[in-house]
Amino acid sequence: MHMLEIRDLHVEAGGREILKGVNLTIDEGETVTLFGPNGSGKSTLMAAIMGYAYCKVTKGSIFYEGVDITNMPVDERAKMGIGMMMQRPPNVVGVKLGDLLQTISRNNGDVLKHAGDFKMNNHLDRDLNVGFSGGEIKRSEVLQLTAQNPKLVLLDEPESGVDLESIELIGDKIHDLLYNTELCEMGRAKANRCVSALVITHTGQILDYIGADKGYIINDGRIRCSGRPTDLLKEIREKGYKECISCRMVKLP
Amino acid sequence: MQNGEASIKKALDKKAEYGPDIDLSRYSMIREQKIIENLEEAPEDVKKRMESVGITSSKETERDGSIMFIDNRISHCSNKAPDGVEIMSLKKAMAKYDWLKDLSWKLVSPDKDKYTARTYEEDADGTFVWVKAGYHVKHPIQACMMLGTDKGMQTLHNIFVIDEGAHAEMISGCATGSHADDGVHIGVSEIYIREGAYFSYSMIHNWGPKTSVRPRTGIQMDRDSKMINNYVILNPVATVQSAPTAWLNGEGASCQFNTICLAHPGADIDSGGTVILNAPRTGAEIVSRSITKGGKMMARGHLIGNSPGVKAHLECKSIVLEDGGQTLAVPKLDTFYADVDMTHEAAVGKISQDQIEYLMSRGLSEDEAVGMIIRGFLVGGIKGLPQELTDEINAAIEQSDLGH
Ligand SMILES: Nc1ncnc2c1ncn2[C@@H]1O[C@H](COP(=O)(O)OP(=O)(O)OP(=O)(O)O)[C@@H](O)[C@H]1O
Ligand SMILES: [Mg+2]
Repeated sequence: MHMLEIRDLHVEAGGREILKGVNLTIDEGETVTLFGPNGSGKSTLMAAIMGYAYCKVTKGSIFYEGVDITNMPVDERAKMGIGMMMQRPPNVVGVKLGDLLQTISRNNGDVLKHAGDFKMNNHLDRDLNVGFSGGEIKRSEVLQLTAQNPKLVLLDEPESGVDLESIELIGDKIHDLLYNTELCEMGRAKANRCVSALVITHTGQILDYIGADKGYIINDGRIRCSGRPTDLLKEIREKGYKECISCRMVKLP
Repeated sequence: MQNGEASIKKALDKKAEYGPDIDLSRYSMIREQKIIENLEEAPEDVKKRMESVGITSSKETERDGSIMFIDNRISHCSNKAPDGVEIMSLKKAMAKYDWLKDLSWKLVSPDKDKYTARTYEEDADGTFVWVKAGYHVKHPIQACMMLGTDKGMQTLHNIFVIDEGAHAEMISGCATGSHADDGVHIGVSEIYIREGAYFSYSMIHNWGPKTSVRPRTGIQMDRDSKMINNYVILNPVATVQSAPTAWLNGEGASCQFNTICLAHPGADIDSGGTVILNAPRTGAEIVSRSITKGGKMMARGHLIGNSPGVKAHLECKSIVLEDGGQTLAVPKLDTFYADVDMTHEAAVGKISQDQIEYLMSRGLSEDEAVGMIIRGFLVGGIKGLPQELTDEINAAIEQSDLGH
């Protein structure tokens, strides 16, 4: 059984078809990267996995741990263990980051103590995302994910807009999230990893911290190739997306 | 009395400028009520209603004074700060202090409408609070106004004087008793804030779904005085129409009116405020946050810049949770001077789906997410809200089932 299996997914947003038949699988403990030019549908795919209402699934289905979640409400998906770092999370005026963190961790006060490790201890009293800098938004998202402790982590450009020093912090914290062995079921510890991840990245920088097992390239709402993430990145760097897309499918090793 | 008795008699039938008209002949005046020597010994049902509007009996140590009216009768009065504060019924105070007659019916005129006229004609009793010059009240003073009898009418006349340089916080809790549902509350309040004084006045309401409420409030502010007025209605009510007026007569005076409302189905809430800035360097902020859950919500605000060098801001924001109600924001700015800084901001809309889903993606249920956003919306942007009031608001939101 796959951790996540997406079959022939078609998604509409704003009255347009954005995803036009996506197939993709992620196994337990596997990190999968998603590459693709701007506007190709990467964030839309993540939003559809999370279940945001603006993404209307018109065809196909999403399975999580063998359960069809295609029409499941967002909070139930979260409770099953899916967590997401959004590319551009909304401002929520009046809701304090600290209050949300406590609610997420079901009032396990410990999470607030970790805020310092994320350099977010001065932001706990601030309205969620309001006036947060690009890097602060990313740190706040990873901190929230840490409080949430998901089994499938969706990361939408975790390194974009982050300075070199903070990349290290974010990279380490995401590493901790993905290598959280507490979530492994007894007797099923598989190479010490059971948390899975889908990571969108343009530069591949984040992969220095978390590694990746397989990669996909998406363009115009369709998966065009899959392969070793390093190979795909090299192709994209050397030939650009155009070339890569018209090209042969890179075979999985 | 600046108004002739004849014009007051005539005003007994005069409809108010705003709000649905109430047929007062349907209600009777209850003049006798039990006396509660010690709030802790109040009947359980009375206590429960009191607590719901921030009036505490168990934590009386956290109050410097308490006064309570049930229907039209003073039921309790206690004072823990007799050095600096006088608390008593207005009638007693009028007999004691001759100067009070110069403050009575000066900021609210008896012939304004049928509600003020009736209160005048009833020679209504009410609360008198005087915080003496320079005295800083440590704990809030609490006043409870309770409708104790079904089909009863309560008319109260209150006068508060916060003398020069004094500091005081007051919580006014208004509620219906457990046996009253259909009733009318009329409260005339005249508030004098002397030079350099500070007054924080919070009113929390918990009426019955058939209760009508008509407060009439006038506030006079002298030089460099400051007032924060919080007005909170989160429970079902039939109709409320409230429009306090503040005259900022002394240079440097400033006031803030905060209104936090939740209009339940069937409720008709018309809440506003007028601030007249009569002197240079005066400042005012009127902030209204409301949620409509099928009720009617009218948020008015009127700022009048009668002097150069004034600064004032008006803000009405409303969230509509359910169709079937109505939300109206009516901001007004008036001035004859160029050198003023007066602004307003109004917004009406629903909670954005993005925000709800963002919180849901962290594992919060839809109700939890909506509740959290609403709490933040109602209290988040408001300055000077006492923690205790914030806690009351949170509890009320929790109970009012704001999910879909
Ligand atoms: N709500 C919407 N209404 C209209 N168009 C939308 C909506 N959401 C996404 N789109 C469009 O869908 C396409 C894919 O958007 P998406 O955000 O998934 O791209 P992306 O691959 O994440 O790009 P980037 O690398 O720039 O983040 C874009 O053309 C975008 O404008
Ligand atoms: Mg994107």
